[in-house]
Amino acid sequence: MLKVENVTKMFGGLAAVSDVSVEFEAGRINAIIGPNGAGKSTFFNLISGLHQPTSGRILLDGVDVTNLPSDRVARLGVGRTFQTTNLFEQATVLDNLIVGHRLRTKSGLWDVLINSKRLQREEKAARDKAMEALEFVGLAHVAGQFIADITQEERKRVAFALALATDPKIVLLDEPAAGVNPEETVGFAALMRKMVDEKGLTVCLIEHKMDMIMSLADKIMVLDHGEKIAEGTPEEVRNNPVVIEAYLGGDEDAAA
Amino acid sequence: MFKVASLLMTPAAKYLMLAFAILFPLVAANEYQVYVMATAFVWAIAVYGLNIITGFCGQLNLAHGGFFAIGAYTLGLLTADYGWSFWPAFLGALVMTAVLGFLVGIVSLRLKEHYFAIFTLCVGFIIYLLIDKWEELTHGTIGVRDIAAPYGFGLVDFTDTTPFYYLVLAFLVFAIWFMGRLSKSLLGRTFIAIRNGDELAQSLGINLMRNKVLAFVLSTTYAGLAGALYAGMVRFIGPEEANINHTFDMITYLLVGGIGTIMGPLLGTVGIVWITQSLQFLEEYRMIIFGPLLVLLVIFFPRGITGSFLTWMHRKSQALAPTKKRQENKVNTAQNREAESNA
Repeated sequence: MLKVENVTKMFGGLAAVSDVSVEFEAGRINAIIGPNGAGKSTFFNLISGLHQPTSGRILLDGVDVTNLPSDRVARLGVGRTFQTTNLFEQATVLDNLIVGHRLRTKSGLWDVLINSKRLQREEKAARDKAMEALEFVGLAHVAGQFIADITQEERKRVAFALALATDPKIVLLDEPAAGVNPEETVGFAALMRKMVDEKGLTVCLIEHKMDMIMSLADKIMVLDHGEKIAEGTPEEVRNNPVVIEAYLGGDEDAAA
Repeated sequence: MFKVASLLMTPAAKYLMLAFAILFPLVAANEYQVYVMATAFVWAIAVYGLNIITGFCGQLNLAHGGFFAIGAYTLGLLTADYGWSFWPAFLGALVMTAVLGFLVGIVSLRLKEHYFAIFTLCVGFIIYLLIDKWEELTHGTIGVRDIAAPYGFGLVDFTDTTPFYYLVLAFLVFAIWFMGRLSKSLLGRTFIAIRNGDELAQSLGINLMRNKVLAFVLSTTYAGLAGALYAGMVRFIGPEEANINHTFDMITYLLVGGIGTIMGPLLGTVGIVWITQSLQFLEEYRMIIFGPLLVLLVIFFPRGITGSFLTWMHRKSQALAPTKKRQENKVNTAQNREAESNA
């Protein structure tokens, strides 16, 4: 599905991501964990094309996407969410989601001027897709409310729905459960599982909530200082001494 | 209160406004009032252009007044110096502002946020300097005289104020109509997604540069249209048309009326032009009243008259229909959208 080969990203003299190779299989939940500043978000930015790697290759279903701009990558089926999502606060939830399907449509300025059949058809398709995504994340009942009037948890679900409206094959979720309570965290875990089971998506997530990750992920990759220090099943990662050291600190850290 | 306000959001309100605009020259006390209204409409068209790039697409373009001046000068010079008649020169002005908008756009839109604003501020000033100093082409500070009036094809004489008023009104109606259609379309939603954030828009598969340049060209063409109409109306223009103050005036109209809304540019422009007119007796001191009013408005009504009204209406309608059932909510959404597009 997604294959990352020896990818390095330098910012000036600093390696944010250093020689990382990993493969994510289709229809699985893959988690990326690591301490703050380990390069997790940068890794997502490299896959989604917001940053171009300094060296290495990224393959999506065998297609080289290493140096494609992010809008092209999105069209190839990579959806993503951000840690914070800026939406149009004084517009309804549904109105905010309609644009999600824009990348599958072709209408331009001329279609707007003459209100072409194509534009009408595509707008209906985009609206239906938005409603479908909203139903999938369980928010159909707030479709008509302003973004400004919904809860933090609902906002996070809207961000999911926006990514789903792009018709992705793989979704990259950057800390989907940050800032929500334990009960809601369970809800997000169920939603991610549902994305895999019902939509057949591949999920990649960055998360700090270990309980959630250990019960949810099929595969975990651990980053530290930009380097991959471990990968495997939750069980393997949990018992890996290198991981334990990175998280709990080595002797010299403990002394400091 | 809510019910009365709801009437403002029906299509009837739009037609009432149009009827008032059509009847205005008949009820106006004198020709001067018609002239002031026509001027306000010309500026409103330019403000609609600013609304596309700044209100919808979120890029603060400070060269907007410059493009207004380019439209005015293109029409003025083509008719006065090169003997073109009005309508071909009018088209020429639109093409000129669109092409220059494209060229400025592909360079300036590489910059983001305040860097873009500062860059366009410089572009606006360069346009002013070129007009002021390039005397061989623009006549410098002397300005352009003897600009042709629109040719009425033997039917109307556009050198009269009232026929010209109707000509401007027709273009204004077209400008608003297109804005309404754009805002509801996938293209308008694409612009709004870019305003929400570059990275999010890109992750939704939106090509930033292509869409930003399109919004920019549309906005400069609106400015060129307004500038050409202005030149055809006053028929004498000078470098002052490119003064940066015009850009800031337009931003004020946009903020007061409601940035990113459909009726905001019209309400803001017409409202402020008339308030300014009625405060003429205060001369320079009118800014003492005007400044604080603007500050209060931006603090308490950041989305201007129209935006605040629409938000208030939406909250009211949600409160009056407290249902969690999806079907009913769906209907609400449809109604709100309908209402919003009508307002």
